[in-house]
Amino acid sequence: VGGLGDVCYWLAGDTQEKEGILPERAEEAKLKAKYPSLGQKPGGSDFLMKRLQKGQKYFDSGDYNMAKAKMKNKQLPSAGPDKNLVTGDHIPTPQDLPQRKSSLVTSKLAGGQVE
Amino acid sequence: MKCFSRYLPYIFRPPNTILSSSCHTEADIISTVEFNHTGELLATGDKGGRVVIFQREQESKNQVHRRGEYNVYSTFQSHEPEFDYLKSLEIEEKINKIRWLPQQNAAYFLLSTNDKTVKLWKVSERDKRPEGYNLKDEEGRLRDPATITTLRVPVLRPMDLMVEATPRRVFANAHTYHINSISVNSDYETYMSADDLRINLWNFEITNQSFNIVDIKPANMEELTEVITAAEFHPHHCNTFVYSSSKGTIRLCDMRAPALCDRHTKFFEEPEDPSNRSFFSEIISSISDVKFSHSGRYIMTRDYLTVKVWDLNMENRPIETYQVHDYLRSKLCSLYENDCIFDKFECVWNGSDSVIMTGSYNNFFRMFDRNTKRDVTLEASRENSKPRAILKPRKVCVGGKRRKDEISVDSLDFSKKILHTAWHPSENIIAVAATNNLYIFQDKVN
Repeated sequence: VGGLGDVCYWLAGDTQEKEGILPERAEEAKLKAKYPSLGQKPGGSDFLMKRLQKGQKYFDSGDYNMAKAKMKNKQLPSAGPDKNLVTGDHIPTPQDLPQRKSSLVTSKLAGGQVE
Repeated sequence: MKCFSRYLPYIFRPPNTILSSSCHTEADIISTVEFNHTGELLATGDKGGRVVIFQREQESKNQVHRRGEYNVYSTFQSHEPEFDYLKSLEIEEKINKIRWLPQQNAAYFLLSTNDKTVKLWKVSERDKRPEGYNLKDEEGRLRDPATITTLRVPVLRPMDLMVEATPRRVFANAHTYHINSISVNSDYETYMSADDLRINLWNFEITNQSFNIVDIKPANMEELTEVITAAEFHPHHCNTFVYSSSKGTIRLCDMRAPALCDRHTKFFEEPEDPSNRSFFSEIISSISDVKFSHSGRYIMTRDYLTVKVWDLNMENRPIETYQVHDYLRSKLCSLYENDCIFDKFECVWNGSDSVIMTGSYNNFFRMFDRNTKRDVTLEASRENSKPRAILKPRKVCVGGKRRKDEISVDSLDFSKKILHTAWHPSENIIAVAATNNLYIFQDKVN
């Protein structure tokens, strides 16, 4: 019963050589190049806190009910946007803005992680 | 890496119809699939909080070559969206898990859960109705007593089969965090529900109380390092259960001695070579599903890139590791950016524990034969699902030269993910959920 434990260890050797071999390390370097402020402790609290906090947050129950009503209206077939509509006609409200799914990478950038 | 090109003994044949909703909205996305204990019924839950139950046709002597197909048996709205006023958070109606209870009478019972509430549903048939009431007319309106001159006894007459689903129990307000698993105990009297930090034990008869059996919430939330990702009871030993974590470990607990099972009886963890560690290591080691084998001797875990089989008697490493889509290792950066790296794939055993199955991207799903060590990649798609055709194995090309039938890693559609699959308890029938479509494949009739 040799198993996979034995297979893993043949890669052991010079660490510099290994960074060239491991695709994960190359991917990590890519990610760090794009987002230099990405935290030191990747698997730590931030991921998990985001996971625990899953679900769309609303300002209050009124906000929630209005968003639900708007979704119901959206599901009805609607005409395309009026091309003659003058832009800048009204000040946008939070309801008008498209819902954007937040990703951890964006939130960290916005948060300005201090290294 | 070895490539197995020959497919398994089971050659799956696509059904005559693919069950899907005609108009695909977000609510139609299937979020769980589960056969009942006999395989006669197949339940699906979706993002819109609905449950659809399919029933297998009885095989008739006239149509020997047509195996029993699954037709819609019942559908009902299990959960509705709610609003948590204290936290100003929406509680999704999405059905996270469905688990069947073993059948004990003519009715069927199942548990369905969303993030916060578990419900016990009774699904029963009605094929007779009473007719000839004294005091009511045929529409049920009360008759004028002055017009009643004779006495008659109502009779039961056959009617068109009606299947009704009624909520029998609602188990609410026991979870602060999001429920990821439910599991029925082999004693058929209790079940557990697990969220990110806690596991509760319920009695089916009691809805206003549950026992907390695992609590991994740290006193200071800043010290949080891992969460519970899945949990399941042992199929035969009612005192034993396992739960998996986001750190890639599994804990087995015995409820006989301590009331609170925070200290595990067994701890399963594969040692990691520290020089292999990268930013992604912990994320891809997070276990998204854990399942006991039918025999109860093994557990299977699914992490982002592999499926592992563990022997309950050996805690220090798995006995088998299967690569699901190792070619994604060189795509981890973009998979992190588009959040796909957090996708939670499930895994299933076949009835004899000899084959395991799990999903992947591009509507591909994989099967591994534990005995012959062969594996196959199949696709759940309409083009490949002509009736009486055989599912053709697919292959992903990693390197330079791409053969005609192969697909390159860069062409994979990551929005087409197969997270949920199910295997009939005794036959070679599988259910594969591909977004809003449900594919049921059966093996070829000899």
